[in-house]
Amino acid sequence: MISLLKTIWTVFMTMFRKRVTILYPEERPYLPPRWRGRIILSRDPDGGERCVACYLCAAACPVDCIALQAAEDEHGRRYPEFFRINFSRCIFCGYCEEACPTYAIQLTPDFEMGEYVRQNLVYEKEDLLISGPGKYPGFNFYKVAGLAIGGKDKGEAEDEEPPVDVKSLLP
Amino acid sequence: MSQPILQLIILFSILIVVLAIGGMLIWLERRLLALWQDRYGPNRVGPFGLFQVVADMIKVFTKEDWIPPFADRSVFIIAPAVIVVVVLMSFAVIPFAPGIEVVDLNIGLLFFLAMSSLGVYSVALAGWASDSKYSLLGGLRASAQMLSYEVFMGLSLMGVVMLAGSFNLREIVEAQRHRWFVMPQFIGFVVFFIAGIAETHRLPFDLPEAESELVAGYHSEYSGMKFGMFFVGEYLGITLISALVSGLFFGGWLGPVLPPLAWFLIKTFVFICFFILLRASLARPRYDQLMAFGWKVMLPLSLANLVVTGAIVLMKR
Repeated sequence: MISLLKTIWTVFMTMFRKRVTILYPEERPYLPPRWRGRIILSRDPDGGERCVACYLCAAACPVDCIALQAAEDEHGRRYPEFFRINFSRCIFCGYCEEACPTYAIQLTPDFEMGEYVRQNLVYEKEDLLISGPGKYPGFNFYKVAGLAIGGKDKGEAEDEEPPVDVKSLLP
Repeated sequence: MSQPILQLIILFSILIVVLAIGGMLIWLERRLLALWQDRYGPNRVGPFGLFQVVADMIKVFTKEDWIPPFADRSVFIIAPAVIVVVVLMSFAVIPFAPGIEVVDLNIGLLFFLAMSSLGVYSVALAGWASDSKYSLLGGLRASAQMLSYEVFMGLSLMGVVMLAGSFNLREIVEAQRHRWFVMPQFIGFVVFFIAGIAETHRLPFDLPEAESELVAGYHSEYSGMKFGMFFVGEYLGITLISALVSGLFFGGWLGPVLPPLAWFLIKTFVFICFFILLRASLARPRYDQLMAFGWKVMLPLSLANLVVTGAIVLMKR
C-alpha cells in the first residue's frame, strides 16, 4: 500500500525533471564527427578527385548499392567515369569507407536525405563529390603512391627512394 | 427568457461541453502521460498540439467501419452506443453550479448508481457479440469486475448520504458549506475513487482490455467510430467519476473568490489528472488479486465505514 503511494509520488515528481526528447527540427541533436550518414566523395588538397575507381567499395558493400565505372585520363590517373550510390538501398554500414584505400569515399554526419520521389535517392557523381578533403585534410594519394603518372615518375613520390636498378651489381 | 428554453440551453450546453471535455481528454491524457515519462507528447498540431484531437477525430471517422462476418450484428452495433448513452445520462444529475444542471432529481445519487450499473451491458455485450475468444474473456472479466465493484461503490456513498440526509446531489453539495465530506468520510472517498476506477475500467483496473494479454479485450473486433465510442465512453466515465468525487467529497462548486462553475471545473480537472497519474504509475494487478481486493478489503472497509458513520450520526442526533 505504501509502496503504491510512493510509486505514484515518484511518477508525479518526474513532472519537474528535464525532458529527454529533443524537439528535432527546431533543436538539432549533436552528431559526432564519425557519425555514419550521407556518403560523399572527397577531393585531394590539389582539387583532384581522390577516387581511383578500384571497385573495393562496391565489392565491400553488403547491399550492392554502389555502382561505378573505371576510366583513365591522359596522365594515367584512374578516375570513375560514373559513380552512383543508391541511397534507398544503402544501410550506412560504413564498410565502403573502411575499404577505400585513398580516403575518397567518406560518411558524414548528415542524415536529412528525405525525398518524395524514390528515384531522387540515387545520387550520381556530381551529387556525391565535394570540394574539400573531408576528414583527411593533408592526404594526397598520388603524391605518396609509387605509381608513375603524368608529371611524376617512379621514385618521385613523397618519402620514396629512387628506384633500384636490379640489373646493376654496384652496391 | 421562459423556463423551458433556458432548460434546453443548459441541457445542450452541458451536452456539448461534456462531449468536448471527453474529446480533449485524448489530448490531455497523451500530454500528461508524456510529461510523467520525460517526453513531450503530441505538440505539433496547433498550439500545444491542441488540434491533435481534430486530427484524431478525422482519422477515427474515416476509418473503415468493419463488422466481422461472424459477429452478432445488431448487438455488435448497439454495444458501443450503450456506454456513451449511459454515461451521458448520468451527467443529467450532476450539479455543475447552482442552477446549472439538467434535472434536480431527489434520487440523483441512486440514478447515477443505476446508470453506471447499466454500463456493464455495453462491455459484456460487446465481448459477447464479437464472437472472439479474447473479446469474450474481456467481457467476462468486465462483468465480474464491474458487478463486484458496483457493490461497495454504492455502499461507500451511503456515509455521504447519511451525513447530508439526502440523495439529491445539489443538497449534498450544499451540506458541505462548512466542511467537505472528505474529512469525515475519508475511507468512503478512497473506496469510491477505487471503485470509480474499476467502473470506468481505467488502469490499473483495465483488466477487461488488458492489451498485454487480451489484444484489446472486449473491443478487439471494433474499429472506426464504434471503437471511438468505447473510447469516448471511457473518457466521459473519467469525467463523470471526477465530477462526482468533487461534488460528493470536495464541496463541488463551493469555494471562495472564483465563480462556482470555475471551482467545480478546477476540482474535476484535478481528479481527471489524478486518474491519468494513476495510469502513468501503477501496474495492472492479476485478475484474482483484483477480485480478492474487492471482496476481501474494499467491501468490509466500506461496510465498517457505513456502520461507524451510522452510529456517529445516530449519537449526534
